[in-house]
Amino acid sequence: MSKDVSIIGREPWSERVARSAFLVCGALSIFVTAGIVFVLVSQSWGFFAEVSPWQFLGDTQWTPLFADKHYGIWPLLTGTLLTTAIAAAVALPTGLFAAIYLSEFATPRARQLLKPALEVLAGVPTVVYGYFALTFLTPLLQRVVPGLAGFNALSPGIVMGLMIVPIVASLSEDALFAVPPSLREGAYALGAGRLATTFRVVVPAAVSGIGASVILGFSRAIGETMVVAIAAGQQPTLTLDPRVPIATMTAYIVQVSLGDTPTGTTEYRTIFAVGLGLFLMTLVLNLLSSSLRRRLTAGGQS
Amino acid sequence: MSTPPPRVERDALGIERVKSRRDLFDRILIGTSLAALVLPLFALLVLFGDVFGDALPRLHWDFLSSYPSRHAAQAGILPAFVGTLCLMVLTAAMTVPIGIGAAIYLEEYAKQNWFSRLIELNIANLAGVPSIIYGLLGLELFVRALEWGRSLLAGAATLSLLVLPIVILASREALRTVPASVREAAWALGAGRWAALSRVIVPMCLPGMLTGVILAMARAIGETAPLITIGALTYVAFLPDSLNSPFTALPIQVFNWVSRPQSEFHTNAAAGIVVLLVVMLTLNAVAIRLRMRLQKRYQW
Repeated sequence: MSKDVSIIGREPWSERVARSAFLVCGALSIFVTAGIVFVLVSQSWGFFAEVSPWQFLGDTQWTPLFADKHYGIWPLLTGTLLTTAIAAAVALPTGLFAAIYLSEFATPRARQLLKPALEVLAGVPTVVYGYFALTFLTPLLQRVVPGLAGFNALSPGIVMGLMIVPIVASLSEDALFAVPPSLREGAYALGAGRLATTFRVVVPAAVSGIGASVILGFSRAIGETMVVAIAAGQQPTLTLDPRVPIATMTAYIVQVSLGDTPTGTTEYRTIFAVGLGLFLMTLVLNLLSSSLRRRLTAGGQS
Repeated sequence: MSTPPPRVERDALGIERVKSRRDLFDRILIGTSLAALVLPLFALLVLFGDVFGDALPRLHWDFLSSYPSRHAAQAGILPAFVGTLCLMVLTAAMTVPIGIGAAIYLEEYAKQNWFSRLIELNIANLAGVPSIIYGLLGLELFVRALEWGRSLLAGAATLSLLVLPIVILASREALRTVPASVREAAWALGAGRWAALSRVIVPMCLPGMLTGVILAMARAIGETAPLITIGALTYVAFLPDSLNSPFTALPIQVFNWVSRPQSEFHTNAAAGIVVLLVVMLTLNAVAIRLRMRLQKRYQW
């Protein structure tokens, strides 16, 4: 473009200033990522200089705030995976079937109404879900589930699942909707019913997009903080029992931030080591999800 | 084993239809998928009803105009409410120019090369980073390295980084709605890139960008984890008076009350949530109205 301008004369200074200002804005996002990586890695470096990575990965107790200190990540990891698994068990079937309804059966008018309604679920602040899990769902579940503690993994897991439904539903619906109608018509013409058409033809054709939505849902659940910080109990326990108090990686960071742990101590650095683990897990899942989605747009007709 | 003879019925047009198990399965599928869509919405209604029911005894004007207190019945959200308002204004002031600027760079200036692809991939990934990680960044960068302390400014800067990807993505969408012919017409009249942008293109898609900004603010207003991580106070008995003053915000006040064992404080938390939801849903409604008006205004 600058070539064309040069026919008339030099590019005016205002053009050059504007161009560089916009470039700076665009490049800023790279500094944000670089900043995140630098902060997490440099602080974790300090942490691992004092605590060996073998203890971090080998010990089965996480008690940095106690007198008898152990730095084993496993209790936080199992806590995170447990709540994530419960959330996924709720969100995957619900989100997928909701997507099937929206894409295959809903009238255009119903779609126009139901989709934004579903989006409201994703917009509700997470403290609100935490309150709901602690004061409504847990007492309700205690009547049905014997031995359910006041703080547990089950109730926040279910509520997190509810929160993730719109993410799974919206991305899956995009994928299902992108399946060409000719495939459905072909199936109907061969005598298949809606059930067979949906599960033998449409869902398999959209499988990479559905996979992308599921993985993104997992990533959201792993990074979710307030629901578990409020309703799961902040007690790092190595267990897969959904009825007892646990702590997730995110809830631990909140717990330390609320206390007054002095800067520069090993206890202070633990939150960055945990944060680095969290960042890497979600990064891998996000990259996987976006590469699956790109495959969808590249090879829509399969 | 012989199959039972199919039941033959006539439909409304008098055409013979074979009733089969297939129809039954189809109806089960439609029923199940409709239930999967309606159940979460029903749960949302239950949530709203539960919170509102719990909050009812504390929903008074006093609640908005009082300071927090050890006595649950006298505690209010004034500092948290003012803190949230200040945070939102500051966050918007920081996010809007940078976010729209980045969108303009990517849509209007960037050539298709590795650098612009890197920025795009990077923004997409930033949108998926858990919010608490932004809190850790804010803690080290704004609170410690830049020595802003646990201030309003540090809180707003952290939130601003968090919602930046939302504003960038929405602004790019808005810019893409401007037809190439409009751009070319401006250039043909002798406008440079900057003149075309500032006089024609940006004014045309400003409502679209504004929608993105409002949605980003609706997200920022409910964010709790990053503010806790940078060390926002949970008990504040004064109003913020400068950029450097310590602060609290609505979701943090709610979290503080939920974390207490006494049920009177849970009532306060519910009332705080109602205020938070009202503000958030208002922002969303404004954004939706704006989008609808926008769709009517320009028809190509």
